[in-house]
Amino acid sequence: MAILIQMSTRDRIREISAEDARRRDALLLDVRSDEEWKVGHIPGALHVPLSQLEARLPELLSDRSRPIVTYCAVGARSLRALTTIDGLGYEDAVSMAGGIVAWRELGYPVESDSRLDPEKRERYSRHLLIPEVGEDGQSRLLETSILLIGAGGLGSPAALYLAAAGVGRIGIVDDDVVDSSNLQRQVLHSTAGLGELKARSARKALEELNPDVEVVTYEERLTSENVDRILSEGWDLVVDGADNFPTRYLLNDASVWHDVPVVHGSIFRFEGQVTVFKPHEGPCYRCLFPQPPPPELAPSCAEGGVLGVLPGVIGSLQASEALKLALGIGEPAIGRLLLFDALSARLDEVKVRRDPACPVCGDDPTITEYIDYVEFCTAR
Amino acid sequence: MITIRIPPTLRTETEGASTVEANGETVRDLLDDLTGRFPALRERIYPQGELARFVNVYVEGEDVRTRDGLETAVSEGSTIILLPAMAGGC
Repeated sequence: MAILIQMSTRDRIREISAEDARRRDALLLDVRSDEEWKVGHIPGALHVPLSQLEARLPELLSDRSRPIVTYCAVGARSLRALTTIDGLGYEDAVSMAGGIVAWRELGYPVESDSRLDPEKRERYSRHLLIPEVGEDGQSRLLETSILLIGAGGLGSPAALYLAAAGVGRIGIVDDDVVDSSNLQRQVLHSTAGLGELKARSARKALEELNPDVEVVTYEERLTSENVDRILSEGWDLVVDGADNFPTRYLLNDASVWHDVPVVHGSIFRFEGQVTVFKPHEGPCYRCLFPQPPPPELAPSCAEGGVLGVLPGVIGSLQASEALKLALGIGEPAIGRLLLFDALSARLDEVKVRRDPACPVCGDDPTITEYIDYVEFCTAR
Repeated sequence: MITIRIPPTLRTETEGASTVEANGETVRDLLDDLTGRFPALRERIYPQGELARFVNVYVEGEDVRTRDGLETAVSEGSTIILLPAMAGGC
């Protein structure tokens, strides 16, 4: 007990107030993490994180007699830092009580290196902590535009996660209205929105979730007539959650001609498929499936049903692929089709190769303008 | 025996089975064996002994069209996946 009292007395002696720190002609030494420093620090301060003091301070400050005032967030780490600093032979080091919090409260100047304002730094803090994302990645996401085809089963989780992640601009193409049979899985919509256009219901939900996101709605079905207009509005990539083959083949052809990557997902009952089509780098949808099955072998969820959570799994995988593409990290599922089976809890993968004879992305394309996709998908 | 995975949209033709065992040395042998037992499946995906364009067949994760087609060799313990496109996003 005696020792503890002695230490705390000594610590008090080695602390000075923020007012005194500002008056004193000493070197201010910030011992916080890189992230904390970026958010805001005292102008003119030297930054060496606590864990790096021993290795880096001697080369940065050779004058051992220079007075030093350490600071951190609230004054705990900066006090601990004194032991290391003493050990390195510095003669006059004290800690600023209350840290940068006390400094701010006095209205003293703080400068920031961050491109993100404090609210964004807080909101996206769990992203900023991941080295693969960080501030650069988050800033990139905030400048990314992602278009979703469909705000239904797959579009719902994808849109929610992309908006939460801070994707700056999200487009939604859907001409359908919210029906009560949708609510078993389409988590973007709610009972209060029954009868409302899905695009509007989606916009409301996404704006409530994250006001940083600009939501652009297209209350129309994707067609050969509007696809060029919609795709030319600056979308970096497309998440395909369409519910029919004509739209999927139309989107494929348009994305190859507009050179926009598509994160593909499809579902039926307990099973789902996910892949990424990156024009000219990997295969396209036609390389994978040159022809759709006859209508009787391609029942929709409305005809065959779907486990409510399945689009949650597949749409979230699509969102994950979309974020990876936007950030330029990891190995996107280009040339790989992921097959998920909820019943057996199995995720398989098959290879998808670019077909040099593909009529759209092949070496000698035979389809160079939009066709009648309904006819293509029903004709036999 | 070799396991063939049947996609959900073709299970009506296999009496609900999601996997079926079959024998043979090539994909053609397997399809002959399989569709011999499930004639409705033959009509759907293997009429006149040729594979319908809308079905992909994977042997060990590779599309047989990029290998030796129906003559692609299979071996004991191989996994074969039959896969037509699925439209649903709903």
